[in-house]
Amino acid sequence: MSISIEFKNVIKRYGDVTVIPGLSFKIEKGEFFTLLGPSGCGKTTVLRMVAGFNSIEGGEITFDGEVVNQKPPQKRNIGMVFQDYAVFPHMTVKGNVGFGLANKKMNKKEIEEKVLEMLDIVQIKQFADRLPKNLSGGQQQRVALARAIVMEPNVLLMDEPLSNLDAKLRIDMRNAIREIQKDVGITTLYVTHDQEEAMAISDKIAVMNQGKIEQIGNPQQVYQRPASIFVATFIGRANILRRKVRFENGEHYLYLADNYKIKTPQLAVKEPDKEMDVKVSIRPEEFIINTENNDGVDGVIKQSTFLGLNVHYIVTLENGEDVEIIQESTIDGTLEPNTKVKLKVKKEKINIFDDQSESNILRGVTNGL
Amino acid sequence: MASNVLNRRDAWSYITFIIIVFYIIVLIFPLLSLLKESVTTGDGQFSLKYFAEFFSKKYYYGTLFNSLKVTIAVTVASVIIATPLAYIMTTFKMKGKIYLQILILISMMAPPFIGAYSWILLLGRNGAITNFMNDFFGVSTPDIYGFNGILLVLTLQLTPLIYMFLMGALQNIDNSLLEAAESMGYTGVRKIVKVVMPLLTPTILAGSLMVFMRALADFGTPMLIGEGYMTLPVMIFNEFISEMGGNDGFAAAISVIVIILALSIFLLQKYISNRKSYYMSALNPIEEKQHRGIKNILAHLYVYGFLSLAILPQLYVIYTAFLKTSGRIFVSGYSLDSFRVAFDRGGKALLNTFTFGAVAIVIVVTIAILVGYITVRRRNAVTNSLDTFTMVPYIVPGSVLGIALLLAFNSKPLLLSGTATILIIAFVIRRLPYTIRSSAAIVYQISPSVEEAAASLGASNMKTFFRITLPIMLPGVLSGAILSWVTIISELSTSILLYTARTQTMTIAIYTEVIRGNYGIAAALATILIAITVVSLLIFFKLSGKKEFSI
Ligand SMILES: Nc1ncnc2c1ncn2[C@@H]1O[C@H](COP(=O)(O)OP(=O)(O)OP(=O)(O)O)[C@@H](O)[C@H]1O
Ligand SMILES: [Mg+2]
Repeated sequence: MSISIEFKNVIKRYGDVTVIPGLSFKIEKGEFFTLLGPSGCGKTTVLRMVAGFNSIEGGEITFDGEVVNQKPPQKRNIGMVFQDYAVFPHMTVKGNVGFGLANKKMNKKEIEEKVLEMLDIVQIKQFADRLPKNLSGGQQQRVALARAIVMEPNVLLMDEPLSNLDAKLRIDMRNAIREIQKDVGITTLYVTHDQEEAMAISDKIAVMNQGKIEQIGNPQQVYQRPASIFVATFIGRANILRRKVRFENGEHYLYLADNYKIKTPQLAVKEPDKEMDVKVSIRPEEFIINTENNDGVDGVIKQSTFLGLNVHYIVTLENGEDVEIIQESTIDGTLEPNTKVKLKVKKEKINIFDDQSESNILRGVTNGL
Repeated sequence: MASNVLNRRDAWSYITFIIIVFYIIVLIFPLLSLLKESVTTGDGQFSLKYFAEFFSKKYYYGTLFNSLKVTIAVTVASVIIATPLAYIMTTFKMKGKIYLQILILISMMAPPFIGAYSWILLLGRNGAITNFMNDFFGVSTPDIYGFNGILLVLTLQLTPLIYMFLMGALQNIDNSLLEAAESMGYTGVRKIVKVVMPLLTPTILAGSLMVFMRALADFGTPMLIGEGYMTLPVMIFNEFISEMGGNDGFAAAISVIVIILALSIFLLQKYISNRKSYYMSALNPIEEKQHRGIKNILAHLYVYGFLSLAILPQLYVIYTAFLKTSGRIFVSGYSLDSFRVAFDRGGKALLNTFTFGAVAIVIVVTIAILVGYITVRRRNAVTNSLDTFTMVPYIVPGSVLGIALLLAFNSKPLLLSGTATILIIAFVIRRLPYTIRSSAAIVYQISPSVEEAAASLGASNMKTFFRITLPIMLPGVLSGAILSWVTIISELSTSILLYTARTQTMTIAIYTEVIRGNYGIAAALATILIAITVVSLLIFFKLSGKKEFSI
């Protein structure tokens, strides 16, 4: 049975320091929900509040509408997977996975059956009688996962469960986690600071910064329509340029250079000012490089790096700014430094932000909160 | 990291409370009784006359200087001897290293007053070496009684203690630090002085404090070998037990002075080492190397030389236990008579030692596990004060604790003097600081997430403790318990004040026989005690698989 979780203006303080100043969001039943953010932004704190290991200084956390603020972790019916695995070193794999079931007053035979079934799902049945010290990191993490899921918890909590694994294993495990989560359908709160992992695994991503959520959305939304400059730069790479939008003949134009403007009908600005300052976020792959004498922003190639699939350029614009550009590599070879180029952008892909508030001012973009 | 939610009141709050009450009754109350006794006259008036008396007569305050002098000398000598010892044992490939390690430990754990007594047999007025040198070379050996004797015995006893500390620290120095030093042209002695020593300074300070406390508190050695050179514990004992009706108030006053002295040194050490501590952990520890030539020979000479001296007294005692005796003197020939008499007279003491020791160990281990857990996982103002309480005995010498307990428990409803209980209480209190430290260190190494995992799986706090934390702690705690056992069975300074004919222990029996001059029986009893110690230590090595340990 899975549940929905709701944060209503939740506050967390450690002594005098307020780490979470007031957080509200909702995780739907069965959803794979990921908290993504830089180190120290409060992800672990939020997760541990859901688990019941951290006190809550204000607001409410509800499970299916029931307030759980005061419920001890033992009674919350959560499953938790830790960064350092936290398998019980003195128990065999079977003992670990069966530990929680024994609390549920099940008989031995039932427990044994469930445990073996679970070990089969996470593919470590052959190690059932081993002690954790004889398992690899990935295998230990599977034990931890099995131990949590076998309890059929209402919610599965995972705090950077893959960060101690090597790169390849990380990808295998994240697929396994995703698959198992879908099969069992448990509401899952997942914490990571690895954006690629977050994209690959989540139904929804909440991007956190300094104790606040900047945006909640599915992977595509947060990548393609970041609600703020912070999200744009934290997820993927982005060139942030300060430019002006001008209102001319009933239309908005973004001036990327004095001699290069693009029409931006998608701007959600009510009062058409004559001119306004904006920040434009253009991802490296959203540039188009031209060497012919077309229109576009003038630039000079400063550096080029061939990376196989792509070529990575740094281009100095006419005003001295450097931008990062990625192009698919072609057979005619890469552009040499000092080559003069004209840059265009993929209009429908770029994002425009208010200069002051740094929030996205394209029509229809919300932070999902 | 303790979390607030887990900190809600549960069984641990009650356990904390019970342990605090225990400490208040068996430690704080006696110490307060001691303090009260020291500042009141017979008719209950407040007075500082005992203190005034102490500082007005040279006979008394001279003892303070004696104690300080010999304690400082022992501490300095131990550091000077132990540092090269540890350095050699870490960086040199030594022949028979494992056995050397074990022997160093055994020499440390053997009861110190047996060493004193043995040195008297060797170098005393009628000692074996003294007579030998006199008869064959006509040379007289240096006087072993007084300052020299105490210095010799305690230094040999306590050098291994600092050595242990240093071995631990040296293993945490990363080899690349030394290689970096060498690459910058610091080699040999310069490397040691400029790089190794500064890194070891905090450890040396901590170890020195330990040695200082032990040397200051030691009663058996100065009592046996000190003769005219009186130290504070001996004077406390004399004043308290004195044939002509002891002077409790005066003994209490001296005790208070000793505690103040110990406390000041303790705080001073804390202050210095707080400013000088580094956290070190070696990725690639220093490796031993095969050295050649004169360096290698000197290193071997040094280590083997020290060990021979340190082990010699124990060996000699064992040897004399097998000698034939006639009355009180050894005659030529060998026999097991001493052992026969020893078992006859000391059988009860042996039994007492085992029973009291076992009961004390069970209590020590239980309390140490609980307190270790509470102070690490449930940090708050209350548990912090508990932590402080438990460390108090560290600065209270055994004889002082003995007097405090007697003063506190000599009347109803808490009439305990003369019982086995009071001895066991003393053993427990004296040993707890060390055992608690080691069990807290073990809890530190257990990731809190392991317990949180259990909680998330629905286990109650108590179930988590008994099914998860305790089993993980147990191997470490148990091997530590063996060490506690060894120190408890060789305890003298408190038991000598608290025992009665019915509650005599091995150490008391040995001491009594030595005083009576029954050297054969004393030697046999000491041999039995040494044997128990060695067997216990061997079990420890077997269990822990370690060649060294923290005390
Ligand atoms: N027990 C604590 N006492 C005081 N401050 C704390 C405590 N735990 C966390 N903090 C602070 O709260 C903030 C958020 O910490 P948190 O562990 O939630 O970050 P995180 O997003 O999980 O970071 P990371 O990616 O590094 O794990 C940090 O500034 C941290 O220093
Ligand atoms: Mg974290």
